[in-house]
Amino acid sequence: MKEYFLILLSTVLVNNFVLVQFLGLCPFMGVSRKLETATGMALATTFVLTLSSALSYLVNAYILLPLGLEYLKIIAYILVIAVVVQLTEMFVHKTSPILYRVLGIFLPLITTNCAVLGVALLITRQDYSFMQAVTYGLGASIGFSLVLILFAAMRERITVADVPEVFQGPAIALVTAGLMSLAFMGFSGLD
Amino acid sequence: MLSAIIALAVLAIIFGLALGYAAVRFKVEGDPLVEKIDSLLPQTQCGQCTFPGCRPYAEAIAKGEADINQCPPGGETTIIALADLLGRDPKPLNPENGEEKPKRVAIIDEQVCIGCTLCIQACPVDAILGAAKHMHTVIEQECTGCDLCVPPCPVDCIDMVEIKPTLSTWKWDFPTSLPEDLANLANRIDNTEPAPSHNAHQAPETTAPAKATKAASGGER
Repeated sequence: MKEYFLILLSTVLVNNFVLVQFLGLCPFMGVSRKLETATGMALATTFVLTLSSALSYLVNAYILLPLGLEYLKIIAYILVIAVVVQLTEMFVHKTSPILYRVLGIFLPLITTNCAVLGVALLITRQDYSFMQAVTYGLGASIGFSLVLILFAAMRERITVADVPEVFQGPAIALVTAGLMSLAFMGFSGLD
Repeated sequence: MLSAIIALAVLAIIFGLALGYAAVRFKVEGDPLVEKIDSLLPQTQCGQCTFPGCRPYAEAIAKGEADINQCPPGGETTIIALADLLGRDPKPLNPENGEEKPKRVAIIDEQVCIGCTLCIQACPVDAILGAAKHMHTVIEQECTGCDLCVPPCPVDCIDMVEIKPTLSTWKWDFPTSLPEDLANLANRIDNTEPAPSHNAHQAPETTAPAKATKAASGGER
């Protein structure tokens, strides 16, 4: 039990994928303009990340390793991720057409979210068991969601703040992201 | 080599089957967005938006072929509701489609009516009762005030009468002037608008003028 908690803590805070490992930055900047869309994106990515880390673990353990095909893992993982994203897209289209419209191109682009492939590859490298792999994926997605939602909330407040002219727009967003990253680096003392 | 090809092919076939099943399971019947847009439209079926009715207009909006400011009977309220739903900026009613009028109802002068049935054919909501060579009349609860029955009438016996507010329908008017803090906010945002407006700055620009126009137009009414 303790090790699962440690995996969660490490992926959510200490090794946060966005702010410490700098993976998945495009949706982090792209859909964080409104809290609502950020929440939708966070949920969609959480679903994709958790499911794809579980599936890619299974593919690796039961197909690639027994056949000695580890060199195919990137293409196999991409296949898994693309399928999961397609499923998510269909599901979102069916259940929430507005969210589908708002997320727009970023929903299919979860496929190319480097955090998703990164998590799958890191899990392979670390010799986890199945449950550990799922926990790792879940932790990574919770970390991603946490950071994305925090950042979107801050950007919403910044739009009404009196920002100096040179910093307006994406500049202040990037500065904010940098400060958040510094703050998250502070969690490395938790080990 | 062969095992690699087979392994990937089997994997792809399994995923393909799963996706195929999901495509059937999560099939989207029609566009649910159209329903939501349609429910915001006033359902007068008047055709002033250049589409045959409210539903075709809703479909055109959902496809992005029509703008949200083409519905005169719905007026400002409908435009703002549509802008909210679709996450777009509200804009004033397109004057080519007509102007916003108070709600009206058609009344047939029954002494003059010759029973030609032309207005019955024109009515989009079947609110006119009558038969050939018999007097016609309007079911007022059904009439949407769309004016479509007025031009075909050969004896000009249809009048569009404004609905006077009764005790049960009367409402307070919108305030005639902007509340002070709202006006200040609108001014402040107008003044601080940067030269090249960036994406991050969009939120206040869109919301505050929307509120301002809403209040202002309420005053004209």
